[in-house]
Amino acid sequence: MATTANAATTTPGSAIARNEVKPQSQKPIYTRFSQQEMHACKPLMTPARIVAVFMTVGVVFIPIGIATLLASTSVVELVDHYGHACLDNSAAQVNQSLRTREERISFIKNPSNPKNCTRTIRILKLMKQPIYMYYEITNFHQNHHRYVKSKSEPQLQGQQASPEQLKICAPEDSVGGQPVIPCGLVAWSFFNDTYSLALNNGTSVPVNKKGIAWKSDMDKVSSTVYASNFQNNNPSAYIGGGKLPVDSPLRDNEDLWVWMRPAALSKFRKLWGRIERDLYPGDELQVNIQNVYNCFSFNGQKKLVLSTTSWMGGKNNFVGTAYLTIGLLCVALAIGFFFMYYSHPRPLGNTKQFSWNNEKQVKQRGFQSTQPRTILR
Amino acid sequence: MPELESFPGGRSQDVPSVSNEAQTGERIEADRKPQGEIAVMVRRDSEEVSNGAPKRTASGSQRLSGSQRLSGSRRLSSTRRPSLREDDSLRVVYINNPDRTNKNFNMAGNTVRTTKYTILSFLPKNLFEQFHRFAYIYFLFIVILNQIPQLAVFGRTASLFPLILVLVVTAIKDGYEDFGRRRSDKRENNRKSLVFQIDKFQDKKWKNIQVGEVVKVLANETVPCDIVLLASSDPSGVCYVETLNLDGESNLKSRYARKEFTVEHPEQRPLKGTIVCETPNRNIYEFQGRMDLGSGVMVPLAANNIILRGCELKNTVWVLGVVVYAGRETKAMLNSAGAQSKRSRLEHYMNRETGWLAVFLIIICFIGGLGMGLWVNSNSDILSVLPYYKKQDLTGENYRFYGEWGEGAIGFLSCIIRFQIMIPLSLYISMELVRLGQSYFMTRDREMYHESSNTRFQCRALNINEDLGQVKYLFSDKTGTLTENKMQFDSASIGGVDYSYAKITVDTVPVKADGSISPADTEIGKSIKVDSELRRILDSPEPAPARHLVWEYFLVLAACNTIVPTWVKKSASGQLEMEAVNGNGDSLGFIEYQGESPDEQALVAAAAAYGFTLLERTSASIVIDVCGDRRRYEVLGIHEFDSVRKRMSVVVEGPDKVIKLLMKGADSSLLSIVGEGGDEYSIGGSESVDELQPSDGVMSATLKHLDNYARKGLRTLVVASKVLTRKEVEDWHFHYVKASSALHDRVGLMRNAAELVECNLSLLGATGIEDQLQGGVPETIQLLREAGIKLWVLTGDKQETAISIGFSCLLLTRDMQQIIINESTFEGCRSKILGAKAKYVIKPPPEKKLFSWKRQNGIDAANSGHDEVTGESADSNSRFNQPLALIIDGNSLVHALTSALEKDLYELATACKVVICCRVAPLQKAGIVSLVKRKAGKMTLAVGDGANDVSMIQMADVGVGISGQEGRQAVMASDFAIGQFRFLKKLLLVHGHWNYERLGYMVLYNFYRNAVFVMMLFWFIFYAAYSAQSALTDWNLVFFSLIYTSVPTIVVGILDMDVNQKTLYVYPPLYGSGQREEAYNQRLFWITMLDTLWQSLVLFYVPYFIYKVTDVDLYGLGLVWCMAVVILVNTHLAMDIKRWTWIEHVAIWASTLVTYICQLVMDALLSVPDLLPNHWVVFHMSGSVRFWFTLLLTVILALLPRFCVKLLKQWFWPSDLHIAREAEILLPSGQQVTDLELNDVHQSSSSLIQPPPPTAV
Repeated sequence: MATTANAATTTPGSAIARNEVKPQSQKPIYTRFSQQEMHACKPLMTPARIVAVFMTVGVVFIPIGIATLLASTSVVELVDHYGHACLDNSAAQVNQSLRTREERISFIKNPSNPKNCTRTIRILKLMKQPIYMYYEITNFHQNHHRYVKSKSEPQLQGQQASPEQLKICAPEDSVGGQPVIPCGLVAWSFFNDTYSLALNNGTSVPVNKKGIAWKSDMDKVSSTVYASNFQNNNPSAYIGGGKLPVDSPLRDNEDLWVWMRPAALSKFRKLWGRIERDLYPGDELQVNIQNVYNCFSFNGQKKLVLSTTSWMGGKNNFVGTAYLTIGLLCVALAIGFFFMYYSHPRPLGNTKQFSWNNEKQVKQRGFQSTQPRTILR
Repeated sequence: MPELESFPGGRSQDVPSVSNEAQTGERIEADRKPQGEIAVMVRRDSEEVSNGAPKRTASGSQRLSGSQRLSGSRRLSSTRRPSLREDDSLRVVYINNPDRTNKNFNMAGNTVRTTKYTILSFLPKNLFEQFHRFAYIYFLFIVILNQIPQLAVFGRTASLFPLILVLVVTAIKDGYEDFGRRRSDKRENNRKSLVFQIDKFQDKKWKNIQVGEVVKVLANETVPCDIVLLASSDPSGVCYVETLNLDGESNLKSRYARKEFTVEHPEQRPLKGTIVCETPNRNIYEFQGRMDLGSGVMVPLAANNIILRGCELKNTVWVLGVVVYAGRETKAMLNSAGAQSKRSRLEHYMNRETGWLAVFLIIICFIGGLGMGLWVNSNSDILSVLPYYKKQDLTGENYRFYGEWGEGAIGFLSCIIRFQIMIPLSLYISMELVRLGQSYFMTRDREMYHESSNTRFQCRALNINEDLGQVKYLFSDKTGTLTENKMQFDSASIGGVDYSYAKITVDTVPVKADGSISPADTEIGKSIKVDSELRRILDSPEPAPARHLVWEYFLVLAACNTIVPTWVKKSASGQLEMEAVNGNGDSLGFIEYQGESPDEQALVAAAAAYGFTLLERTSASIVIDVCGDRRRYEVLGIHEFDSVRKRMSVVVEGPDKVIKLLMKGADSSLLSIVGEGGDEYSIGGSESVDELQPSDGVMSATLKHLDNYARKGLRTLVVASKVLTRKEVEDWHFHYVKASSALHDRVGLMRNAAELVECNLSLLGATGIEDQLQGGVPETIQLLREAGIKLWVLTGDKQETAISIGFSCLLLTRDMQQIIINESTFEGCRSKILGAKAKYVIKPPPEKKLFSWKRQNGIDAANSGHDEVTGESADSNSRFNQPLALIIDGNSLVHALTSALEKDLYELATACKVVICCRVAPLQKAGIVSLVKRKAGKMTLAVGDGANDVSMIQMADVGVGISGQEGRQAVMASDFAIGQFRFLKKLLLVHGHWNYERLGYMVLYNFYRNAVFVMMLFWFIFYAAYSAQSALTDWNLVFFSLIYTSVPTIVVGILDMDVNQKTLYVYPPLYGSGQREEAYNQRLFWITMLDTLWQSLVLFYVPYFIYKVTDVDLYGLGLVWCMAVVILVNTHLAMDIKRWTWIEHVAIWASTLVTYICQLVMDALLSVPDLLPNHWVVFHMSGSVRFWFTLLLTVILALLPRFCVKLLKQWFWPSDLHIAREAEILLPSGQQVTDLELNDVHQSSSSLIQPPPPTAV
């Protein structure tokens, strides 16, 4: 980047300026830095150090692996794959059988069709509170480039967004010339299944839906923003997901903010609520589902997930397995390198090993036949 | 050229009209006269010169006042007029009439502008220049792509950021540099000089000076523009200038006003006249022109009649001059442009690998585009109902949907934008910064500072630092490079007698108050050895013939030169002050000889030591104190030294009115023109009558002495003289005057004129001048050779001198078989070369690559392999098993360098351990360098100090100039400048090695760093439906190579050190790693890319599996990847660092920390929500243990294979450098040889200095 202008010959101007100064010594000032003699540490991988490094990694990784595996196994996770089953169930109520995807889509889109569905989840292991309730959707690319950008932050912050600014939300930016609030595909595809839980003995299980969204996400939304013109499209085919109440501020709708934060992968979970009581083995959880969200348009599935948590978060055996494997591998490497160094010893810094001291390589590389100084013993 | 046609008429306005018509008429008449008649007339004229000689006085204007002479000169000029007409590139200056001068010609004013920009032009011009670089065009292309709405992968602001940052930084830097120039311009333009304005000299600002004005410059003032001298305070018209600002030479140079026109008081007599000269050009050593001062006489002007801008007037009270070139047209300004830009070999290779990266980029983008198309295709039935992808808008029209192919193309282009940093543009910036740091260390190196000349190392080319670590062939000049170029007169051979037993030492000649000289009783100054026998002959009262010969000999030494004597006296302040010797001798002091040639200085000083003291020099005469008797010699003409004639001669007329030709020159050029009967001095009895044989004897004795001197390593010159007859003088003078006023081919005409008199000379003798070896040369050569660098010496000296210097600097050793080739015919040369090849069994390079398995990917494997194979193994295979030395001279090279023989020459030369080329011309030097450069394909370095090395320095890959005695032309042409040859040791073996290793690693690391990042992003598109969405925010993408990881690579590139200086000196073959391209080659590149692939997979999939089915959000996972990749590449770098200082610690760990802090800051900001979508993510993520465990796991797993491979490699196939590093760290320091011992070794081996007799083939 730097031009080589300073390599150009001196301009007369600078030459004259130089001339006016009395000739002074150009001798460079001594500093350890400029003479490249700074105090320095020169790490050298000696066999002992190498074995130590591998052992250290092993010693650190194996306990972590065991601990995380234990944590993972302590997590109880129940998954109910309800999307298709519930729909078939509902269809059966009105004596329909749904075979193709199109039939399912048209069934679920018809508001007059029954959507209620009750699923029974059997608790096999003790689940300590808090139990997190997630919905899981597959094959939904919330990370698609066209989707991620399709929302307007200024609009949510309560600013009067111009049609130009809202263009990013297109085609869900306006209906009949009126801006859609909240605009864009993200809000438009808002997930709207609802669940209510009760035990088989009839006692309802309350689900805490407060605090499921990030406070930071809600804080950036102005409390003066109300839904307007939302899902108001004339052809009902263009209704993507849930509707929003027009009488309460958008900000209070935590479900929306959970949804609005795009998931990383096409199979994702989103928090729906927390059960703040323990569930015991033998309990049967009756889940009443409003099964209205159309997951058939994208060939996806809907699942309900109940999961306890540990210090490592949810269930994941990969972390523990990986740590354990690598830890063991490093111990093995330590042993392997130890035996390698033992069986194939090589004196360190042996100047006889220089390629120019080595007959074969001398011929190949053509080093000068004169030996370097004899003082080098 | 209408102005020129009207030139005589134009002049008539200025001269009295009476003479005007007559002159014009005469001129036309002369034009019509046939050539022969003119010659006759001119001859008459020159006859008068010689006849009138006795009458002549120092005043030139009187001498030229005769009417006949005037018409002669006029005719001379008229005959040349046709040539003037042909060439329209001439400039006419009307003296003291700037208005008229500038009326018809567009001449530059004296304002100088070294700035590149004005305020208005800065922005467009600077941008235009910046976009000349490929990298910026690429940047711009990406930015433009990103502005297309369909492709807006990045936020638009984020995508503009890097380009704007780089542009702004560069613009600020350029602007700042330009501002400095602007200030110095302003200062320069507002300086004042005395300019003749309306009857008197008044101060005028430089910027207002115009061409044609008359300027008066006082002592120690700087000359404001290029001026033709009209007069000086010295009655003879001489003045002295220092050209330090122009070419860096600090010795005084004399310039002459044409005495014909010395005008003392322009106030009283208005100046009128015309100057015709060349148009502005940048040759500072040439000037051709004619001047007509109104009297109608044309006077030739040459380079010594003008003073160039920037010179300082010294030792002269004032000078008057007329401005001929001003401002940007001055020679100084024309020379100040033009930086050279070379590209280093490493960068050359790097560009090749950048090409590979571009291929990778296109492949992955193609995959991206293809995936997008296929995805659209396979989902075509549901595209219109997908909740996350709108194919149609509300009215059913296609919404940003262009079909499978269109979407595929958009996918491809989006990928290019997204993955742009695969081409590491930041690398170019980092490399410049690293080189800047490296040159800082090189210039600040105290071991490369030369105390006595007060010069540091200079880095003149910034782009090729790393080439210093790969040099295979080193071409060195001898004089001034291996030797000091401080000449001392050592031996004299006079009339066949050798006087080389100098015992007494005499110092610089003091001048007494009365101007008399007494050489014996002095102590201070330059000491000269004086031969007592010679002294005795000179002192002997009777005028013996031998004394006459010696007398003549020293007269030549004292007179035949261009030396200017100056006084040095002690002033009250104790400082030495100089002033021209003006013959008054009113102050006590020393004479110092200022001149351009150190040989001449030595000769004049020697002559002074023997009593022939040069006291004064003007353009017309010289004054020599001959043993107390002051004599004035009129100088009728000087044929200066040139590289073709290789001799110099002066024609002088002594007080006794005898006109003599005095001459000195190289033996090859001079011995051929020494006449048979010329030994008039040696005939006759003397005490050495037995030795003084007839001419053949003197000749052969002198030849023998020359040979002896050369063997001693002395520089030899032959001295001759001749008495000229009137006729010879007339004949010569005619041609001489004609040649010296010629505007075209003056050199050729001069040469012809010289040939008229330079014949049948009588040989006086020979001189031997000693040029001592520079300190540390033998050790340096020894070290360089052990480092595998082949040293070729290319010198203009005699063969014997070259060989003897070769021995004294350990280049040649006694065990070497010398192959000497000095042939003057093609056939002879051919048979010698082929004969030598046959005798020593030198085979052409084998096709099979013995050593190529290790570097099979190297495109240059063939080149790099074969040289080593043929070179060294051939000499070990040769029949005699003896190292060979090739000594070849310039005459042979004329034939050997032809295309028919150069292959054989190359094979022979590379098989030899040492190559010495003597008697080579500058262009031949370049030819040899070019031959090796072409054939070997290896890095070549040329080092030299003089103007004759410039072509060689420019031809070589790396040009090193030695700032020495012979001016600065070599330095000006060089890439690096050093003070002494021995600094090459440190420059190549230490700095060169470090530069190479550092930069080589840095390039590979930068490739890895960007590629691993891009590949990590690439894997994600498979999980985001091939849309070019990235999990990382735009800012993180931009900052990755700009902020998060840039500082550590630069710091490591500047500071890392594999082995220290001592180790490199103790094991010089370690330098071979650079010659074999071990730090950077294609094999390493592909290994690095494999590692990159693995690391990118680990980087992507470990977080993927850990966060697979969770409620993690896009930016949360992006944060994991971002932190993981930054920590990974920094740890990767940390693993490879060989020397940790606190700076490296700070750079690496602080960078990692800064990355995290950047996340915190960006996530906490809310004011620009569209730009920062990952609000608060880092606070949510880093609260979980899982996040940190993921980072740890990713980094360890990614680096594990690299670490293991590195360990295995180091254990089973350790590189030389690795072993040396182990030795350096582990062995107690006592076991390594200290530098002191090192020198002892060299000293003991320098007992080989005595040369064995050379054996010819």
